[in-house]
Amino acid sequence: MPAAARPAARRVTLLIATRKGLWTLASDAARSRWTIGGPRFLGHNVHHAMVDPRDGKSWLAAARTGHLGPTVFRSNDRGRTWTEAQKPPAFKSGGGRSVDHTFWLTPCHANEPNAWYAGTSPQGLFRSTDGGASWTGVAGFNEHPQRKAWCGGDQDGTPDGPKMHSILVDPRDPKHLYIGMSSGGVFESVDGGADWKPLNRGVRADFLPQPTPEFGHDPHCVRLAGGNPDRLWQQNHCGLYRLDRPSTEWADIGGGMPKNVGAIGLPIVAHPRDPDAAWIFPMDSTDVWPRISPGGRPACYRTLDGGKSWRRQDKGFPSSQGWWTVKRQSMTVDARDPVGVYLGTTSGEVWGSRDEGRTWRCLARNLPQIHAVEASTA
Amino acid sequence: MNANYRVRIPSPLRSYTRGHDAVIVTLPELSPDHAPPLRAIVAALDSAFPGIRFRMIDEQGKLRPHIAMFVGTKAVRDLSTPISPDTELMIVAALSGG
Repeated sequence: MPAAARPAARRVTLLIATRKGLWTLASDAARSRWTIGGPRFLGHNVHHAMVDPRDGKSWLAAARTGHLGPTVFRSNDRGRTWTEAQKPPAFKSGGGRSVDHTFWLTPCHANEPNAWYAGTSPQGLFRSTDGGASWTGVAGFNEHPQRKAWCGGDQDGTPDGPKMHSILVDPRDPKHLYIGMSSGGVFESVDGGADWKPLNRGVRADFLPQPTPEFGHDPHCVRLAGGNPDRLWQQNHCGLYRLDRPSTEWADIGGGMPKNVGAIGLPIVAHPRDPDAAWIFPMDSTDVWPRISPGGRPACYRTLDGGKSWRRQDKGFPSSQGWWTVKRQSMTVDARDPVGVYLGTTSGEVWGSRDEGRTWRCLARNLPQIHAVEASTA
Repeated sequence: MNANYRVRIPSPLRSYTRGHDAVIVTLPELSPDHAPPLRAIVAALDSAFPGIRFRMIDEQGKLRPHIAMFVGTKAVRDLSTPISPDTELMIVAALSGG
């Protein structure tokens, strides 16, 4: 990349949401020294925390505790002080459903300051237009007559509960949205959430009697490609996929993965500028689905050619007895050049690479179980 | 005449009560033979300490699974239960989790 186009060497802040609170890791400009901060919300089960890229100083955190109901906290001063939402995400009274926890937070379009989306467990979509102070259900999804058919019952969800995740906003059009649901599949709206259509052609659901249904799939994580919002990456319960719009048929891109590793994991992250580049973190999905690094040898895999081939990246990781689980929100990238790649494990370690995954080092350990890692250079 | 209720607050909810482990909730007594329901006491508690209700009662009006309420020594989960004035309520965050 020409020097003039290269992102400035800004410090990186990682927001680390854990089962017992929120921590931060702040880098120097070289991303070589990291300073840990926290905990905030000690004892709270923080499922996701995000920096608002539109102003760089507003942070949101979705939390609950073992006893108490779900809520959202917001900070307007980079996490120094926090205020609880006056009206957290909640389904309509009388509808029979209750939000167990808010699982996913996504800032709305760049032209919609202070607006956010939230995805919940069980599957629900909510929107705030006041910086996260109050949340309203998106009726076009939550009250959709097909919603129950799409999502199934609570017993049809993942072990941690059925959830809505991967809320994606087209950077060219605030009304063009994608969502992922475990279970349910990927859905698209072109009218700001007023209506939704399944977008799952080509994706297997081999845990169902009919392995290519219209919906009912289990996307683990879906991302827009950097530099090309017409491309989507999907890490699914049944493999790896790529979709190039306007096509509605996902292409299977898992064939290039080694057979002894497989093409199944939880996260997938996109290079912020190169639409052909993405990272995954495969897990053992054999037998009873241990969901840990295959063979106890953790590794990322990177593609630079749109998923045709995948290259192992494990330099710095344990070469044996490394039984990691990395959840769907626990892997992320920064906006720097070269790109920094980060992941958090359920055993409480944060690992980072400042050279696009070539080499890795541990940035923090002994944290609680990590649910989510997000990076900000704001 | 007003009806007063002492409500004991478990530690997970004391961030709402500014650290107090017990608070007094006051309601207008409807009539000597018409005690307000538990729901009204919780609503008054939420008015005094905004946000506390949703952490213990979901949007369908049900006590959350790990929250218990005692009226005197009796566990109550039905929010329509009438509560006599001057009764002590205890909110319990049941032992759970890990």
